Amino acid sequence: MTQAVLDLKELRVYRGGVQVLDIPSFSLQENEFLSLIGPNGAGKSTLLLAIMGLVKRQSGSLHYRGEQVRSDARWLEIRRKMAMVLQEPLLFDTTVYDNVASGLRIRGFARSELRNRVMGYLERFNLADMAQRSARKLSGGEARRVSLARAFAVEPELIFFDEPFANLDPPTRQSLTEDMDRIIRENGIAAVLVTHDQSEALRMSNRIVVMNDGAIVQSGPPAEVMNRPVNEFVANFVGMETILEAVVLRNERQHVTLSVGGQEIDTVGEVAGEEVYCCIRPENVTVSVGTSNGQTSARNVYRARILDIASMGPFLKLRLDCGFVLTSYVTRESFAELALYEGKEVCASFKATSVHLIPKRASLVQAGI
Amino acid sequence: MDLILQGIVEAFRLLVSFDPEVMGIAWLSLKVSGLATLLSLVIGISTGTLVALTTFPGKKIVVSVVNTGMGLPPVVVGLFVSIFLWRNGPLGFLELLYTPAAMVIAQSVIATPIVMGITIGAMQNLPAGLRLQILALGATRTQLVWMLIKEARLPLMAGVMAGFGGVISEVGASIMVGGNVQGYTRVLTTATVMETGRGNFDIAIALSVILLFFCFVINYLLTLIQQRERPR
Repeated sequence: MTQAVLDLKELRVYRGGVQVLDIPSFSLQENEFLSLIGPNGAGKSTLLLAIMGLVKRQSGSLHYRGEQVRSDARWLEIRRKMAMVLQEPLLFDTTVYDNVASGLRIRGFARSELRNRVMGYLERFNLADMAQRSARKLSGGEARRVSLARAFAVEPELIFFDEPFANLDPPTRQSLTEDMDRIIRENGIAAVLVTHDQSEALRMSNRIVVMNDGAIVQSGPPAEVMNRPVNEFVANFVGMETILEAVVLRNERQHVTLSVGGQEIDTVGEVAGEEVYCCIRPENVTVSVGTSNGQTSARNVYRARILDIASMGPFLKLRLDCGFVLTSYVTRESFAELALYEGKEVCASFKATSVHLIPKRASLVQAGI
Repeated sequence: MDLILQGIVEAFRLLVSFDPEVMGIAWLSLKVSGLATLLSLVIGISTGTLVALTTFPGKKIVVSVVNTGMGLPPVVVGLFVSIFLWRNGPLGFLELLYTPAAMVIAQSVIATPIVMGITIGAMQNLPAGLRLQILALGATRTQLVWMLIKEARLPLMAGVMAGFGGVISEVGASIMVGGNVQGYTRVLTTATVMETGRGNFDIAIALSVILLFFCFVINYLLTLIQQRERPR
């Protein structure tokens, strides 16, 4: 990751007099796979459209490989180096072959070159045997596959995916994601994926960008965004189920002690200020039965009562009262072995290193207060 | 009943004997209505696409006016085209009144709102994100419009059928601006009206059967094209 493929500065987009995008700076590096996450209406799709020059910008400049794009004609040329897969497949009412060929026809490819390219991508996406089928008679998964092939067939330098596999069953989604990932890596292109699936973002990306209210709230490597959110919003969004308002009691030599609901929590690291948000991921909280005197390296061990239990597919989510409310995930096997039930007294523990602290003022700054 | 049967037999005789007068009338009907439909396609599809793809104040009013125009009474069109082409009218210097050209103009005025209305509907019924998808594929504005027209081709074909059906069967405007001049502006509908007026029901029925036959053949051909377009 050396040269920036694109560099966007001071981008502002208004819709109906309301600012929907305010991005001081956004760049994408060569071969980078970036995931854009954020709630609905955060401006993720608008950002992709703005990069492609498909929405009206009030301000902003785009540099593509170091060159500033100024004229509409140049925007079109740059757009032809990109491709985009939208949430709906939006296939044309013609054959699969013609759909995959459409981007190449727009670019004026000669017939023989076009045929070779299209057949090549039909093969790569396992679509060769349905080349002459009507695109209107495909299943949801097949249609998404064709829309992927259509986008990749133009061999873009940069590709955008706007929730391309929404509403698909998990096996189809997984198969398409694998195809997409494989061809991106084979072709060595930069990609941006808008997704609501955080595990997908974690698995595929080099970088995750979190957006909210038309702004970028945090950008960084997946582990950093997931484990070290910059504010309460990101912490909430990335699944930090436990976010506690805490007061710093002691703060010395990388060892911070907090007071929350009459209990103390030990953490490591540095924090500025007296008031903080204390964030703990539910998968880092261990539940055991019996006494809290057992051997453990966890610095934080509490007697707790199970407040409620919710099913989350392969595991269960427990809300525990230990003076403050703590959330934990346990597998169904552990749940059965420990014979857990609502109201049961248990022992909850987590390590000092699994606690992430956010100074309260960081959240206030991010909220523009 | 005998009258109808006699008319059908007479129509069959006129057709198989290639009666020169009937053939002339039929050929002129096809020429006038075909040209008028073609003209209305050029104007209706381009303006309909423009209205559908752009946003402007009063768009709903424009669409309502077009939709109203889809049911424009031919006699009203005939009246206004006559006024415009009248010797002392704004376009009187063209000396087109009582010529086939005047009939083409009047029929185009009737068919254009039909084609335009169907075009607007067809374009607006295309998936909302399709324009964005085509532009994201790198299309220019011209390529975008062409690809959208191609996507809407099946409903647009219905527009061709409706437009042609509307003008080949209208009589009011043709008689007012064409004058039903024998061998010059007499078409199947105006001839049918005249023969009915004269009490020659057999010939009138024969002409009607020929008219229906033409309508069927043209629509059948267009339907064939429409069906063939869809890949299996």
